This record gives sequence, C-alpha cells and structure tokens, in this order.
Amino acid sequence: MSVLFDGLSLGAIYAMIALGYTMVYGIAKMLNFAHGDIIMVGAYAIYTTMVFWGKGLWVAVIGAAVLCTLMGILMEKLAYKPLRGASPLAVLITAIGVSYLLQSLAQLIFGVTPRPVNLGSFGSVEILGASIPVSTVLTLVIGAVLMAGLTLFVNKTNTGRAMQAVSEDRGAAQLMGVNVNFIIMITFAIGSALAAAASVFYLMQIPLVEPLLGSMPGIKAFTAAVIGGIGSIPGAMIGGVMLGVIEKICLSIDAIKDYTTAIEFGLLILILLVRPIGLLGKKRREKV
Amino acid sequence: MADAMLRTENLGISFGGLKAVQDLNLEIRRQQLYGLVGPNGAGKTTVFNMLTGVYQPTFGTFYLDGEELKGKSQEKINHRGIARTFQNIRLFNNMSVIRNVMVGLHNQPEFRCTPAESFLRLPRHFSTEYAMRDRAKEILRIFDLEEERNNLACNLPYGKQRKLEIARALATNPKLLLLDEPAAGMNPYETEDLMRIVRGLRDDYGLTILLIEHDMKFVSGLCDEITVLNFGTVLTQGPTDRALSDPEVIKAYIGE
Repeated sequence: MSVLFDGLSLGAIYAMIALGYTMVYGIAKMLNFAHGDIIMVGAYAIYTTMVFWGKGLWVAVIGAAVLCTLMGILMEKLAYKPLRGASPLAVLITAIGVSYLLQSLAQLIFGVTPRPVNLGSFGSVEILGASIPVSTVLTLVIGAVLMAGLTLFVNKTNTGRAMQAVSEDRGAAQLMGVNVNFIIMITFAIGSALAAAASVFYLMQIPLVEPLLGSMPGIKAFTAAVIGGIGSIPGAMIGGVMLGVIEKICLSIDAIKDYTTAIEFGLLILILLVRPIGLLGKKRREKV
Repeated sequence: MADAMLRTENLGISFGGLKAVQDLNLEIRRQQLYGLVGPNGAGKTTVFNMLTGVYQPTFGTFYLDGEELKGKSQEKINHRGIARTFQNIRLFNNMSVIRNVMVGLHNQPEFRCTPAESFLRLPRHFSTEYAMRDRAKEILRIFDLEEERNNLACNLPYGKQRKLEIARALATNPKLLLLDEPAAGMNPYETEDLMRIVRGLRDDYGLTILLIEHDMKFVSGLCDEITVLNFGTVLTQGPTDRALSDPEVIKAYIGE
C-alpha cells in the first residue's frame, strides 16, 4: 500500500516534469533538454531562500516558482527564439548547450558538493492501515490539482485554444491572428512553473541539492512523456504516473531492485516497438 | 483610385533568380468580388502569401485602406483585416468545429481576456467564453455548420471542411477575405451553395473578397473584375467577361 502511494507521488513528480517536455514539444516542436535543469534551478532557489536567507518554506516555494518561470521565459527568448525556423537539429544542440550552461553555472556558484536542504518535517498519516508521509499525500494532491488546472486551462480558455491551434498548425494559427511568439512564451512559462512545483516535491523526497540534480528526473520524465505519446498532455500524466509506480514497485522487490532503471527504459523500448507514437500520441499526417 | 480598399504597387517576389510574381498592380474596391485566375504555377497562391505576410515581397508594396502592410508579421496583417483560406485545407484537425472558429475569434477586442484572468477564473472569463461561443455559433450558422459544431474538424466531409475554413477566417473579423480555390473538389451542388454564401458575405457582412479559382463558371458567376496571371506576370486585367475572352488568356489556358 505504501509502495503504491510512494509510486503515485513519484509519478506525480514525473508527470509534472513530463508536462513541460510534452507541451513545449507539442507547441514549439522542439525537445527542450534543458527542462530538467529548471528543476535544479528551482531546488537551488529553495536552498538559497531557506538556508542562506533563513526564510520559510512558503517564501521559498513562491521564489522558486517565480524564478523558474522567468528562467523558462528567458531561456526561450535568448536561446530558442532566434532559432525559430532553423533546423530541428540546431535547436536540439542548442537545448543541450543550455542544459550544460545551467549545470555549469550552478557548479560555479554553488560548487559541486551536494548540500542538504531541510524543508521541515510533516509527519505522517494513517491511510487504509498504512502509514503514509504527509509529504507524499501533499505531492499527490497538489500534483493532481495542478494537472486538473492545466487541463481546464488548455481546454476552456482563449490562450489554451490558441496553444492547441499552434500545436496543430503553426502557420495556419498565425494567419488566423494567433500571436505565436506569445503562445510559445506562455508554454515555456507554464512548463517551468510546473518544474518549480516538481522541484519542491523532489526535495521533500530527497533533501539534497546538487548541480546535476535535474538530469535524472529530467530523463525519466522525458521517457514518461514519450511513453505517453509526446505532445499529448494526458499522455504525459499517464506516462509519468505509470513510470513512478513501476519505479517504486521495482525498488520494493529485492530481486530486481538493482535493475529498476533498466526496467524503466526497457519499458520505453517495448512500448515504442508496439506503438511508436506512444500510448496517446496522435498520428500526424504528412503535410505536402 | 482613392476608394481602393486593397492596392498593390508593382508587387513582386523572386526566389533566387526566379521571378515568381512581378509588377502586380491590383486595385480592389470595397465590397468587390475580385478574381485572380491563371494556369497552375502562375503565382496566384504566391500573391496570397505576400498579401498575408507569409512571404516578404522583394519588390513593390501593398496597402489596405491606405495603410502600408508590407513587412508586417502574419498576425499583425490579420489583425489589420486580411484573412485567408488555404488551397489545401489547413484546419486544426483534432479540434472540434466550434473550437476552430473560436481560435479565429480569440483576438477580437470584445473577447480579449488575459491569461491571468482566465487563470483566476474571474467572472469576465466566463462571460467572454459564453459570448464567444454564441458568436461562433452565429458564424457557423451562416455556413450551415451549426449542427456539426462538436464534431472534430477532420471528420467533416470535404465540402464542409472548405466551408469551415471560410468560417474560421471570417471569425477573425476581416475587411478583406482571400479565398484560395474555395470550390476546388466540390460537386456542382456544393459549388452553387458556396456561391450563394460568398455573395452573402459581401451583401450581408460588407466584406471585400479576392478569390483564386479554376472553376470559370464560379469566377464569372461571382466576380465582376479579374486579373489573369501567367508565369508571374499579368496577362490581362478588367471586367470578367472581357478578360476571359481575351485571346491571350485563351492561349495561356489551352495553348495555340
């Protein structure tokens, strides 16, 4: 039971990160490999506000959200916007470059040693006979609320509709008066804000900050996004939760726990063999 | 001419050494139905691409209601009042019919609602959503698509997809509508219906329409003036009947 809860909450973290990958891919048609490092930025923001400045958790969370959002927007404006219309490969390499840049900057500023950051203790609650840490429950509940909010936003608002239109056909959307640059900026902002939320919950589980903190959850979440069908928002949620649960289940079984990561990526390969577009991916008709 | 709504001055574009369109001078009056015809590859769609900002003209310029629009971005040109449809349909396929139209509506001042307002779900968010929905239904009604509003755009039959494209363009509240082969692939009955709708757009909504079409019955039935292009240059311009009976035009279409 507690394994399931752990898995669901880890899955919620993966899902929040995966949403950033999938939305940016769906709308800007690029893989933002620096997305994972935004989590690291959020984690250091929390570390700085709480440990250096001695502020409370809420200040740290809001600070991280604001910083990550700005970071996402800045990254898009400086690194990706000048490459609008360039070959996908150039954009991809740039994204990898941005990722290294962020990691190196963190190493320069904070050094390479992992530093502990204590978000405070939350205790645990009894759910269906199992003792579940409150942080796990918080992750699940807030994760679910954020994802529901995002779904509503995309489906029921002007901006959401414009986002969907840009993802379907950027050229046509632009000719219908959609401000594509603004929509892409909003997408990066939302993705990065979700990454900030993920960084908070990540630190609740593993209270250590280090410059490479974002890369593993980033890759896992990217895997989740691809499993779910990249470009699809519900796909990223399902993929993330699935991967989190599988990871925790594998880790709880002694015989296979050393192979957890291999099993996760094996699953990716398996799913791609059967369904190359991912679980909920849409087939794209070639445009002539 | 002072009352020209759209005026192009020596408009032209070259790709590398190829002059795809050159020296195009158009003057389209308010509420005119104007045709742009010519054999395949004559540069008709290229003209549309220049007028909507997809391509930057290499030569000349163009004005809408006296305002120079050359060099403006695609969405700016759309906001100024030029909307278009596409030769090969480019609907937002995986969105419902009504959402396609609502995307067109989303920049109208009366429906403007900032992301922050939507995010906080302020009352204005809901009132604009309802108003948009009503307006979208109204537009769909013109095209007899209201019943289909919750279907996915890609599931509509071909003729209706063509009509939905016009509806979506109309939703951006243009002064000038550019229709790229609106009747292509339609059966005679659908073509007849479309002619009625296009005329209605002019008479009831005061639109000015520039259209590309190969169906000469469609062109002569609707347009009072046309420009015939061949290999990027103007072959002839003027009242439809006279232009179409021009020996040069006949030669361009069917050879000597």
